Amino acid sequence: MDRMVYIGMVGARETADAQGIVSNNLANANTTGFRADLEHLRSVPVYGDGYPSRAFAVAETPASDLSPSAPIKTGRDLDVAVQGEGWIAVQAPDGSEAYTRAGDLRLSSGGILTTGSGHPVIGNSGPIALPPVQKLEIGSDGTISAKLLGQTNMAVLDRIKLVHPPQDQMMKGEDGLFRLATGDEAPADATVGLVSGAIESSNVNSVEALVKMIDLSRLFDLQVKVMKEAENTDAATTRLLRLR
Amino acid sequence: MFPALWVSKTGLEAQQTNLSVVSNNLANVNTNGFKRSRAVFDDLMYQKVRQAGAQSSEDTTLPSGLTLGTGVRTVATEKMFQQGNIVQTQNNLDVAINGRGFLQVLMPDGSVGYTRDGALQRDAQGRLVTANGYPIQPSITLPENTQSVTIGSDGVVSVLEAGQQAPNEVGQIQLAQFVNSVGLDPIGDNLYRETAASGDPQVDSPGVNGLGTLVQGSLETSNVNVVEELVNMIETQRAYEMNSKAIKTADDMLQFVTQTL
Repeated sequence: MDRMVYIGMVGARETADAQGIVSNNLANANTTGFRADLEHLRSVPVYGDGYPSRAFAVAETPASDLSPSAPIKTGRDLDVAVQGEGWIAVQAPDGSEAYTRAGDLRLSSGGILTTGSGHPVIGNSGPIALPPVQKLEIGSDGTISAKLLGQTNMAVLDRIKLVHPPQDQMMKGEDGLFRLATGDEAPADATVGLVSGAIESSNVNSVEALVKMIDLSRLFDLQVKVMKEAENTDAATTRLLRLR
Repeated sequence: MFPALWVSKTGLEAQQTNLSVVSNNLANVNTNGFKRSRAVFDDLMYQKVRQAGAQSSEDTTLPSGLTLGTGVRTVATEKMFQQGNIVQTQNNLDVAINGRGFLQVLMPDGSVGYTRDGALQRDAQGRLVTANGYPIQPSITLPENTQSVTIGSDGVVSVLEAGQQAPNEVGQIQLAQFVNSVGLDPIGDNLYRETAASGDPQVDSPGVNGLGTLVQGSLETSNVNVVEELVNMIETQRAYEMNSKAIKTADDMLQFVTQTL
């Protein structure tokens, strides 16, 4: 039997995986600071004996789309959006430093500043802990100033660590946080700016995702068609060779 | 079997949650002292099917891997404690809190609840109670022959009794504030309960230590912005539609397989 049916099968399977990536982007169309994953299919030639016709498809996520998206005004003191390129440094559950664009910050009971997903935000020296405050302001360079309880003056408490490593080094981890591909910590960058009172929306382009979805769906149909053709060819061979 | 189906299902669920939050906000657009909620979404963990950087041979590595996202989840619905508008009601038992702080009320089970709804009334014993009939803390009792009540911006309640010339001070309303008011547990009836996340209440007189002042004859309206909620609703609906479209597409693909092969 010809190996054509396997090529079709692998193509269909990998196309279904790519469809999963597109669906994940669509599912996160409203997730704060979400970066869309890019998907592509690559051909892997597998040459054996005879005519070199076999090239299997492999689905891959080469990177995430890191283009900034529109900030949404919320008016909440603790919401921040990164202006242009750059990242907010947070502490991952394993204690390492990771980066995110989600700036829906909040205070935990101990006064630890965390993101909406609960990752502590990193300041000048480790996670930021704040004393009880009446009023809190986050400046455009990440400086946190606050009016402490019973005081009338604003005091500078800490500064959110903002980084701007080269984009091609940023890799999304299994927890959705970004890290440097080298595993190092990025140095703080004073040029990265924040807007307070706003959060950054997801950068999923839903129209593009829908078009991709249709495209992949048709591609999948084609692969199934190939499998069907392989079956037809086999059936024809069986018919030809049938002994009367 | 088919990742797209389950991933899109999480998307539908998230948008459904978002719509319930938006609807609840809209339903409470006229509730005194109501604070709107916001759903917080987070992407689920990723599956590394093929790791980028793995050896493809002794001297070469794979340039990129395959990472499959598994969808979205709702992490929290958090309350947004921005100030609502203060409207004049001319009712002398209505108080609005202008700034931070909560009124304390004694719950039927003996614990203390917290509210921003200052539509106070008198009960049969003359105590100041909320619209649900829960007495405010510390308890303030108005004498039977009260002619008029004045509540100062610092919470001092004074009454003018019939046949008297000068007003009498009968108590002071105290406010409570929290390190992290977002951590309060909303229990309905315009009430909140303290939790481990909110921290302990810091009780003081209005106007002290950053607490707001009281405004007599006024109420704080809901802080729901109708236009904003409607925009959220449109966005939610479209996102829901796109996710159901993704499920339909995955279904069509599977259908094509079963019909063709």
